[in-house]
Amino acid sequence: MREFARLYADLDETTSTTRKLDALQGYFASAAPENAAWAVYFLAGGKPRQAVPTKLLRQFAIEYAGLDEWLFDESYHAVGDFVETIAHILPPPSERSDVGLAVWMEERVGPLRGADPGRIREALFTYWNELDWRERFLLVKLIGGGFRVGVSKLLVTRALAAIAAVDSKLIAQRLMGWTDGLVKPTASGFLQLIAEQSDEEHKLRGGQPYPFFLSHQLNGDPAALGELDDWLVEWKYDGIRAQLVRRDGQNFLWSRGEDLITERFPELAAARLPDGMVLDGEVLIWQPGSDTPSPFADLQKRIGRKTLSSKLLGELPAVLCCYDLLELDGVDLRGLPQHERRALLEVEVAKLGQPQLRLSPLVHADGWEELAALRAGSRARSVEGMMLKSRMAQYGVGRTKDVGTWWKWKIDPYAIDAVLLYAQPGSGRRASLYTDYTFAVWDGEGPERKLVPFAKAYSGLTDAEIAQVDNAIRRTTIEKFGPVRSVKPTMVFEIGFEGIALSPRHKAGIAVRFPRILRRRSDKPVEEADTLDTLKGLLEAATA
Amino acid sequence: MGDMVVVRKEGLYCVPGDFYIDPWRPVARAVITHAHGDHARVGHGHYLAASPGIGVLKSRLGDISVDALAYGEKVVHNGVTVSLHPAGHVLGSAQVRMECGGQVWVASGDYKVEPDKTCDPFEPVRCDTFITESTFGLPIYRWQPEAELMAEINAWWRKNAEEGRCSVVFAYSFGKAQRILAGLDPSIGPIVCHGSVEPLNRAYRAEGVDIPPTVLVTDIEKAALRRALVVAPPSASGSPWMKRFGDYSDSFASGWMLLRGARRRRGVDRGFVLSDHADWPGLMSAIKGTSAERVIVTHGSIPILVRWLCQNGLDASGFETEYGDEEEDEATPPVAPAGDAHA
Repeated sequence: MREFARLYADLDETTSTTRKLDALQGYFASAAPENAAWAVYFLAGGKPRQAVPTKLLRQFAIEYAGLDEWLFDESYHAVGDFVETIAHILPPPSERSDVGLAVWMEERVGPLRGADPGRIREALFTYWNELDWRERFLLVKLIGGGFRVGVSKLLVTRALAAIAAVDSKLIAQRLMGWTDGLVKPTASGFLQLIAEQSDEEHKLRGGQPYPFFLSHQLNGDPAALGELDDWLVEWKYDGIRAQLVRRDGQNFLWSRGEDLITERFPELAAARLPDGMVLDGEVLIWQPGSDTPSPFADLQKRIGRKTLSSKLLGELPAVLCCYDLLELDGVDLRGLPQHERRALLEVEVAKLGQPQLRLSPLVHADGWEELAALRAGSRARSVEGMMLKSRMAQYGVGRTKDVGTWWKWKIDPYAIDAVLLYAQPGSGRRASLYTDYTFAVWDGEGPERKLVPFAKAYSGLTDAEIAQVDNAIRRTTIEKFGPVRSVKPTMVFEIGFEGIALSPRHKAGIAVRFPRILRRRSDKPVEEADTLDTLKGLLEAATA
Repeated sequence: MGDMVVVRKEGLYCVPGDFYIDPWRPVARAVITHAHGDHARVGHGHYLAASPGIGVLKSRLGDISVDALAYGEKVVHNGVTVSLHPAGHVLGSAQVRMECGGQVWVASGDYKVEPDKTCDPFEPVRCDTFITESTFGLPIYRWQPEAELMAEINAWWRKNAEEGRCSVVFAYSFGKAQRILAGLDPSIGPIVCHGSVEPLNRAYRAEGVDIPPTVLVTDIEKAALRRALVVAPPSASGSPWMKRFGDYSDSFASGWMLLRGARRRRGVDRGFVLSDHADWPGLMSAIKGTSAERVIVTHGSIPILVRWLCQNGLDASGFETEYGDEEEDEATPPVAPAGDAHA
């Protein structure tokens, strides 16, 4: 634990990639394989289920520290992180221990799941008394299932590749499935992860997907990309990115977050695919006979459900809109250029001939200008813009450009000028600063006119702007409700968002998707902010 | 008899003594607890401060009319017996003890309970009413022993020096900078101080505080900077002055660095948790050590500390003051939490 806590501190304390990489390599080179296996699991984003309910953690921490609940809550507001609050309020330990991460996870943390509160209390009191605050912080994160650290999976992959002296793409491949919670991290698993390349690689893959190839945002003029003929253009769908894998006589549907989601989409679980095939595409709700997919809100209705009734499946049928073929007859095609994979994909999807497996069509235009004009009609097609894929691109690993590039060329977001009405402190890096805001628009006419909240947003400002807004919030507070402050309406912001839908659950009757702050409108008086009617107009145009 | 000390618009006022403690508006007579900008302001008619702090006070406020009082020495003013006692905060920092009509009040100014090498250690003073600061008045604030922290700073410096990289510590130039300097291991490499730190080093050395040799950046060869440790005020961060240090590793020393959020916001490689204020256990032990039954809480977490003390059987209330939100020219970082700038 001490070793892993030191690694965590090293990673957490520096912003330099080189130093993070050094810290990771140092750790993997010296840690025992069974501990390293668990470290890989957590660093690559593994999220074990919570072993002890938050309520009990809080209760026992308060008891151990000899404080009152209100004082814990005040502390929490200042820290902005529940686990960090616990780590700091506990008095210093009277003993010290150094038990390996694997023993912690398997023998100490694991058995707490479902244990009776008395047993949990006794265990926590013992553990807390042998760890310093950094180790306690880590322990409670591991127990609470909320471990996160500022390293990318790519960096972990690079560190492992350096230790193993094999290509990092191979490590990325082997890492698939490490974090899905189905396989326990073990010493032998770790040794396999850093082993030399073998002929058995493919066989060992099981139902695992390939590392997803991710696109880069295109901000400038696409004409800078050269000839349009060098690019394959498709619509950019707003659904769930997924790979449908058929191996060992079974379908596996993996989301980009490497979650196995086969059970959520029985249509795709039942799709008939030949063995040794992997399709990459977007899961969408698509009504039979419709030219366009349904809005993301419909997909959300399916994701949110625990059980899927046949009625729901009938009303909201899911499809995989396929745009890449990664494996055919058990052969990895990722090294082929995009246009060759595309040609094979078209043949295979046609052969499959199943309604739930659609082909993502290519968009054709005579030049960038015509393409831009087509892109302007994205909203009417229920898409977010376009994808530009280099004809010669191989299928890379993650958000890379080394073997060719995918660009996403998104349409501009909707934009509305809205008034800041409520604020609350952020968490993590933004703890104790007012950074989470609720925005409102005007509703009604004349003296009856009032502000109705329609969106919350907490990103889009620079640190300097946050400081100014934070200061203004403290000066213009009207009331405090716990951590939330209502403020005098004085500040106008341009709020961007991607989608808009009716919502009976929101006060304004409207819900927006991915709201964020585009800029502060210091030039605009509050009276001139936008109205609910403007929002309704956007909604009508979107649904027309 | 009414309260011996009350808040007036000018500052904390000793009623029978007719003088102010750390007033924020100009008054005729001011007792100054220490020379940080939010406690020691210009424009008062006459100043009284602890002897070891006179040099620093003058270097900050210029030519003022000031009387020095040795720690523990008593003067009687309008029937109030006044004495100053070490607060352990910075060089010359003092608690003000006032005795009148059989009652004893102590105003703490800012204080730190753990002793350090740069100033006289905090002295618990028995009193009936204790006026305490509360900058770090939450139970999350708990400092590690200074020796441990200095070992971390030295280890970080040594590693950087071995890798040929300059180490920069951002710390407030009065107090924190000298504490760091006093704990450094000069065998690792040269120690460079920013121009705003050096005058205070002189004041500390003049009072006999053991500060290792320091140089200005203009007095050192560029090559030697790669092994150097640089102490600079936070305002130097991001300024052109920093360019000469090449690929340096930076850190920030402050009590606020305890929290990951604050550390990440600061965007430095390392955050060293170093404060010249009392942590939560320090506040508790200091309050207990006075045996006071009545406690008045100033600047920091007033409502929280008041509620906690009342719950623990003390007669506690708060004073709204103007301490702790000073904007010293070097001080307030762009996104510091609202509160004390030099904590």
